[in-house]
Amino acid sequence: MRENLHRFFRAARGAGVHVSPAESIDAMRAVSQVGFSDRTILRDALLLTLAKSQDEKLALGDCFDLFFSQPEPRQDQPEANNDDASQHADQSPSSGEAGDAGEGQPPEALGPLAQMLLSQDRNAIQAAIASAAGAASLSDIRYSTQRGIFSSRILDAMGLQRLRDELDELTATNPSLAERLRTALDALREAVRDTVSQGLALYAREEAENLRNEILRNAPLARIERRQVDEMRALIRQIARRLRERYSKPRKRQRRGHLDVRRTLRRNAAWGGVPFLTAWKRKHRDRPKIIALCDVSGSVAQVSDFFLLLIHSLHEVVDDVRSFAFSSHLIEVSEILESKSPEAAMAEIMSKVGFGSSDYGSSLVDFEKEWMSTLTPQTTVIVLGDARSNNLDPRADILRRISERSKRLVWLNPEGRLAWGFGDSEMPRYATFCSVVRQCATAQQLERAVSDIVATYQ
Amino acid sequence: MAEQKASTSIEAVESGLAAQGYIASRQIATAVYLSQQIEKPILVEGPAGVGKTELAKAIAAWRGMKMIRLQCYEGLDEAKALYEWKYAKQLLYTQILKDKLGEVLGGAQTLHAALDQLHDFGDVFFSKEFVEPRPLLQALEHPGGCVLLIDEIDKSDAEFESLLLEILSDFQVTIPELGTVSAITPPTVILTSNSERDLGDALKRRCLHLHIGFPEQRLEERIVESRVPGISQALRRQMVGFIHEIRSLDLKKLPSVSETIDWARVLVLLQASELDTEIVRDTLNVLLKYEADIEAAQPQITTFIAKAARSNVFG
Repeated sequence: MRENLHRFFRAARGAGVHVSPAESIDAMRAVSQVGFSDRTILRDALLLTLAKSQDEKLALGDCFDLFFSQPEPRQDQPEANNDDASQHADQSPSSGEAGDAGEGQPPEALGPLAQMLLSQDRNAIQAAIASAAGAASLSDIRYSTQRGIFSSRILDAMGLQRLRDELDELTATNPSLAERLRTALDALREAVRDTVSQGLALYAREEAENLRNEILRNAPLARIERRQVDEMRALIRQIARRLRERYSKPRKRQRRGHLDVRRTLRRNAAWGGVPFLTAWKRKHRDRPKIIALCDVSGSVAQVSDFFLLLIHSLHEVVDDVRSFAFSSHLIEVSEILESKSPEAAMAEIMSKVGFGSSDYGSSLVDFEKEWMSTLTPQTTVIVLGDARSNNLDPRADILRRISERSKRLVWLNPEGRLAWGFGDSEMPRYATFCSVVRQCATAQQLERAVSDIVATYQ
Repeated sequence: MAEQKASTSIEAVESGLAAQGYIASRQIATAVYLSQQIEKPILVEGPAGVGKTELAKAIAAWRGMKMIRLQCYEGLDEAKALYEWKYAKQLLYTQILKDKLGEVLGGAQTLHAALDQLHDFGDVFFSKEFVEPRPLLQALEHPGGCVLLIDEIDKSDAEFESLLLEILSDFQVTIPELGTVSAITPPTVILTSNSERDLGDALKRRCLHLHIGFPEQRLEERIVESRVPGISQALRRQMVGFIHEIRSLDLKKLPSVSETIDWARVLVLLQASELDTEIVRDTLNVLLKYEADIEAAQPQITTFIAKAARSNVFG
């Protein structure tokens, strides 16, 4: 049973629940208190000890249900009869009929697997599959391509070889029995395959997810496929969480050695000013104030979408974000992004300013006219765009003024460095006024860029 | 055998809490039972007003233990939560004992001898008598155990969490001048949180994590029954059904169990025999605490009453 619990912990990790060794010890202790007899209590106990948030509780609950719908390798548990078993029976109705017809034949000369199949003892078969799965270490399965090899390993562990030999023999001596055995074997294969698929669902999720995320992190944001957009959003949220955890620590830095005389005197007034308690000066760090100008024309739109999602999920880290979107003219979009779901917000932004040909010059003019006064020496201005202005006046002078008024001016360009300056790209001209210019085409580059911006305030 | 005992013990917890007027769901009872058995604190999360604090009170009353409450807030520190030196008393005593000290040290010939003699006094001024125990230390020193309620832990600073770790895992604290103080009887610790900020993993790992959400209709009816005995069964059903409908709306603050109980009391006071639009409209401010929420709910009242009445028939 302990073995089963360990396998459950691994499955739980696969489901995204963080299970540390200490937690698994706690869970073991809890389980030894409540026992295995009542499944709902067991479920509650595991959920209480392992899960640490509501999301994890849901994931773990699903994982528990999936895991314990598998039979345990014990014969004295009739409720272990599960879907697999009934499916197994459904797919071999002929063998059942044949069983009635062929009754009375002594199959004693046959091996244990053949006997088990002929006797149609579902529980025994399920138990045998489960213990063979344990022997073949099914919990090590990682990729869907491994299904075949694990199936055959399990069948081998159950004694397929001997069954095959017996089948060859029987075909000559007792064809009807051989036929029965063959149908039963097919059904067995089916059941084993189901077990392996279930094992894959339980144990391989983590690996598969990691692999997919790794690919996704390095995929160019602008050319992402529609079906991957949701996955990418999830990934961006993950990145946001990581950045939050890293940078949301209290922003107080002690300046050691500087006594705050006023506060010390006030605090020790009760003792006639004898300084029992000392107060030290602290230096407050500013939280980032960010103004983001995002190009939403053409191929840059998708990148802007993810960038805005990331910036706006950093509430704990960033004090104040104001976002502006532009293609031919510029509007403020902070409120749309705060009040709507990412999909709806993006749709609304696109309907307002999207789909125009980009005009950096007039967009910058719009910004200078209305919002130039919001810039303070604490503000970081981030411009996201390809700087392709369709040969219109780039108005780099406005960018210079923006740069002078703000703490930093960061330009993120989804295009590769090689393309900068070619065609209608004004990147070199703009770059002279920027503190940092970097390429930002993948989720990974996006994370690094935002992380650097936030880190300058630490 | 042990397994048999477990499920009956959990039922015993349930009925014990029920005797104190706290109707616990199976999960809550399991958590209370487990925390007792494996001596772990319970971290209770959930929306405001679902009975997180009430749970601690019920456990204390059921076991006949004292409840020590530590309300967390921003800026709460060691001196207010754990212990503090009684500075004034120390100062006073040194003043009073000045002559005595002079006597003792008078006999010494050299400065060195005087220092040695002073050492013999030991740390009189840093002994137990001068420690002012705050809730956490009180809980550890309470003979016969107690229920320690650390309320709204999410309101405290991250540093305070780290301070709690030693107490939560080993039921002991270390005071530099005195050494380690271990609990005589490990207290039952309940932490509550409204998830205003994410708690650290280290803290979460040391606790059983219990989430109390809004109760199911049946459970909520039982809670109302135990808290407001004067209400008729039909009205109880109807009002709980109505509240469940209200919770399906997109509101700023959903009414929780404490609001349900308040509302039941109000309805009994007004001697209502059944819900109608008039009475609901007049008493809606008991349930909903924001003007915008009340406005959002107003047009739905009649439909919700009808729905609640219908589910009443089938339920």
